[in-house]
Amino acid sequence: MAIKLNNSVRWVGKIDWELRRFHGEELSTHHGSSYNSYLVQDQKTVLIDTVWGPFAQEFVNDLKREIDLHQIDYIVANHGEPDHSGALPLLMHEIPGTPIYCTANAVKSLKGQYHADWNFKVVKTGERLSLGTKDLIFIEAPMLHWPDTMFSYLTEDNILFSNDGFGQHYASHQMFNDLVNQEELYYEAMKYYANILTPFSKMVTKKIAEILALNLPLEMICPSHGIIWRQNPLQIVERYQKWAQDYQENQITFVYDTMWNSTRRMAEAIAEGIKQADRQVEVKLFNSARADKNDILTEVFRSKAVLVGSPTVNKGVLSSIGSFLEEIKGLSFKNKKAAAFGAYGWSGESMATISKGLSEAGFNVVSDGLRLLWNPDAESLARCADFGKEFAASCL
Amino acid sequence: MKKWICTACDHIYDPAAGDADGGIAPGTAFEDLPDDWVCPVCGVGKDMFEEYND
Repeated sequence: MAIKLNNSVRWVGKIDWELRRFHGEELSTHHGSSYNSYLVQDQKTVLIDTVWGPFAQEFVNDLKREIDLHQIDYIVANHGEPDHSGALPLLMHEIPGTPIYCTANAVKSLKGQYHADWNFKVVKTGERLSLGTKDLIFIEAPMLHWPDTMFSYLTEDNILFSNDGFGQHYASHQMFNDLVNQEELYYEAMKYYANILTPFSKMVTKKIAEILALNLPLEMICPSHGIIWRQNPLQIVERYQKWAQDYQENQITFVYDTMWNSTRRMAEAIAEGIKQADRQVEVKLFNSARADKNDILTEVFRSKAVLVGSPTVNKGVLSSIGSFLEEIKGLSFKNKKAAAFGAYGWSGESMATISKGLSEAGFNVVSDGLRLLWNPDAESLARCADFGKEFAASCL
Repeated sequence: MKKWICTACDHIYDPAAGDADGGIAPGTAFEDLPDDWVCPVCGVGKDMFEEYND
């Protein structure tokens, strides 16, 4: 069902209440998601983005109830990823020849995925498409989060169609930021940033500065996932500015895996030490084999420091910690302190493996770490608490 | 000095400008960039660049 945003813009996307995993199995989406597509009608009619492939037929059927497809003069593809371009093959079958406005890189990504030679119109930053009384202005945004990404701005209505920027995997019939649960909304917005945009923070800062410098009035930000920012839309822009500046809160996060609970008991004893040294700091513990990895990465994103633990198994680490180290390497968090810990029975390589992984991921490893033989006894637990106190002191 | 273009994201490395964020002084030829230099836009390595003619 379409939802009217104002007199000329309708949301014609798909709310996906069922979605729990995205990007294959890579990303958890506890609150579902939506694929936002927008129909703008002026003297000319333009469709901005589509939906994910599995919903292509529903999308096109629903769209036909809104408009005769042949009245669509232009299509804008802000980003070629399949969750936004997935209905293009079906749509272009219905209205072949309709021009698709996109970046040069989106021609590559769309051709690379669909192997179709549609009527592409390559646009660059600052170019305008006249819709009659209003214009769409295109703003390239490479690596936010693919090379092909761009934003489109609708004059007169003052709407920024920001594609994945400012989006959240958050299914809601409320549609607008002022009508939803703020805690859920901001958690999902932060999770999206932490898990997808962190590596591109430098570009986030630059692009926001570039857009603000244009001094365009902003009444709404319409992202391609989740709710629309209409009440004080700049609030999410300001939040992004903070998140892009090596964001951290006063939090230390433990990420560990454990076989026979020795490493877990170490984690808890180290946490006790931290709390003895610093009552203010928030301390959270996650077993990486049990907790959701994207939630863990969101907690890492908001932390000033992490402690990563694994017992030694086959001269290495447990697989969930191996996976975690790979994740943080790709996300390139900045300005975070770290240390390793773990129990072992004979060879004891896990601490060095984790320290190396943390260093390679750009964390500031502040100590050699702590490794203990077999199950911790009272003396070992006291060493853990001391280690925690030292770590807390180095994070002040 | 020649400009080079990133084949992943189309960023153009202009030796006259260098890459301030990456610690590269203006006037540094592409060939003289350190081996671990990466595209300031998308992060791919030097091997993903090719010569660019305006």
